[in-house]
Amino acid sequence: MPKKALVAERRIRVLVAKPGLDGHDRGVLVLARALRDSGMEVIYSGLLPSPEQVARMAVDEDVDVVALSLLNGAHMTAFPKVKRLLERMGGRDILVVGGGIIPEEDKPKLQSMGITGLFGPGSSLEEIVEHVRERVQRERWRD
Amino acid sequence: MLRSGGEPYWKRKSKGIVERRARLGDLYDRGAVEAVRKGVREWEESVFSEQARKQRSESSGYQTASGIPVKALYVPSDIADADYSDQSYPGVFPYLRGVHPTMYRGRKWTMRMFSGFGTPEDTNKRLKLLLDHGETGLSVAFDMPTLYGYDCDHERAHGEVGRCGVNVSSLKDMEVIFDGIPLGTVSTSMTINAPAAVLTCMYAGVARKQGVPAERLRGTVQADMLKEYIAQKEWVYPPEAHLRVVKDLMVYCTKKMPLWNYISISGYHIREAGSSAVQELAFTLADGFGYIELGLEAGLKPAEFAPRLSFFFNSTMDFFEEIAKFRAARRIWATVLREKYHVADPRSLLMRFHTQTSGASLTWQQPMNNIVRTTIEALAAVLGGTQSLHTNSFDEAWALPTEKAVQVALRTQQVIAEETGVPAVIDPLGGSYYVEWLTEQMEEEAYKYFDRIDAAGGILRAIKSGYMQREIAENSYRLSRRVEEGKDGVVGVNKFAEDERKPIETLKIDFRAQRRQVRRLAQVKKERDGPRAEAALLGVRRAFEREPLNSIEPMMKAVMEYATLGEIVQVGREVFGTWKEPLIV
Repeated sequence: MPKKALVAERRIRVLVAKPGLDGHDRGVLVLARALRDSGMEVIYSGLLPSPEQVARMAVDEDVDVVALSLLNGAHMTAFPKVKRLLERMGGRDILVVGGGIIPEEDKPKLQSMGITGLFGPGSSLEEIVEHVRERVQRERWRD
Repeated sequence: MLRSGGEPYWKRKSKGIVERRARLGDLYDRGAVEAVRKGVREWEESVFSEQARKQRSESSGYQTASGIPVKALYVPSDIADADYSDQSYPGVFPYLRGVHPTMYRGRKWTMRMFSGFGTPEDTNKRLKLLLDHGETGLSVAFDMPTLYGYDCDHERAHGEVGRCGVNVSSLKDMEVIFDGIPLGTVSTSMTINAPAAVLTCMYAGVARKQGVPAERLRGTVQADMLKEYIAQKEWVYPPEAHLRVVKDLMVYCTKKMPLWNYISISGYHIREAGSSAVQELAFTLADGFGYIELGLEAGLKPAEFAPRLSFFFNSTMDFFEEIAKFRAARRIWATVLREKYHVADPRSLLMRFHTQTSGASLTWQQPMNNIVRTTIEALAAVLGGTQSLHTNSFDEAWALPTEKAVQVALRTQQVIAEETGVPAVIDPLGGSYYVEWLTEQMEEEAYKYFDRIDAAGGILRAIKSGYMQREIAENSYRLSRRVEEGKDGVVGVNKFAEDERKPIETLKIDFRAQRRQVRRLAQVKKERDGPRAEAALLGVRRAFEREPLNSIEPMMKAVMEYATLGEIVQVGREVFGTWKEPLIV
């Protein structure tokens, strides 16, 4: 069987999580459904996990991507923490994307750590889904 | 509604509205109504259709934001079933027209801007600024650690202190927030739920130090835990435990703080979480009935506690549907309290409510347009008869608002109050064929939901099964898809979008807030009488463990000994445990 067909059949596994004290789950629930509707396997962390719990879940569930959302202004501490913990727990190759209310000036720093997307209230679902798909295909399935 | 199920009342009410449509109310005579029915049919079939055909305009498919189908025109025959007693007069049952006989002629709505960020000092400064600008009531926002009952030095508070509200870890912080603000004369609303009892004690504590007795304090804590499980999701304990503390607060305040509104039953967050107007109306009122049952369970008389329950609604962009929602809410509340809960005292039947314009309606793109959105939403709230109002700032899809943005938002209310003439006439849309028809539609849909919630075993069981949470998630996904597919237009997003996206000036929160707060907390712990604080916390534990002991008095003692918010809430965690919500997606 040609390799391309194999790739097409493989489903992207995503963990969607809010790694902080933040109950604003409208966006994350919509996103979980949109990712699922686009054909991905979606795991939702449930509310109020710590960064440790999110990283542990991502490694245990062997996901391709962790999609983080925070609207409480704690993204500069919580997102990098998840990223660092993933590396420590053996999930170095798990991709991290993020979103929420993220000021422009915070973006370069997060991006330099490999946390991309950084979507906000102005982003469309299509844009987010596409970003996740594109990164997985480029960075995880490149062979 | 709270714990039981199988109540036939709800079904009877929704059926009653449907059946009534066939009859004729007392305002019209049969001949005149028949003439209008015939006239409008002719108009629709000839004049309207002909023009619509020429313009190729859509003749069907129009609906409100909640999905209620609407016609192009409403005429007297659409509301011919109503008796005037269902509409009545302001200040008279069923209060459809308004809760006060004079409404805004007697007193304008309270302009209450929700604010709080950073350290208690930052917030104290902002509150004073708003009072200087003519704001008439205070409203304090707390940060996430405070809302979830963690002190600023807790591991889970890391990075979150002062980020989206002010941090309060002990009485000391509250002393700073209200420094120089006379608590005997202002009214203060505090958006706090899980630790609402602790914050009430702290507020009373600050007042005591200012020499103001608790019975004179005017203000509101949200303390609406039911909607936390449904929508805002800021809980600590399992539902029963939180309800028990709310019950303690009701009993305590009824006796000791008679002017304190101890529950603000909130639809705001239900709506922001993605519900429709109908769902906001239905779930909020269902919660309200739940609290009525909780008060009765505690042995309080309705006349003692019902007047202390107030409401908090959202106002968003479907102008007429929002107005109909406010009107329907008043009529349902008064009717159900009288019919089902046999409440006679007129003051107990009044639904007084605060309104906030919708944060979710604000767009990140072309943010100045948000001033226009907020204006429309604020006007709907005023036409709906709100008692107080918060208007959002245009920059809030970007960050917490700057001083300048907050000032424009406050001025928006002042322009409506001073320049439009709207406050002069009470419920000016009353009698509009469309608004009256829509008000009744909203009521019918709400009663259907009450029946469904009741059939699911009452609110508590419905919450535990995730029924309302899933209904909201479903609707929010529907709304997102509609915008994504261009079925609902949003200016700057899917209509009239521009490529250029210039960043706007936003408020920066000082990262040093956390360090300052942690330092102050350490100081408080050093200076307090440790053993006395310990003993007071033990008192709280004893009360928590032994229902029906009331936990508020011991909490008051603990607060006055500078036991911290985190310490008090932690006692509850140890006694009651914590909560994990059912699977929603």
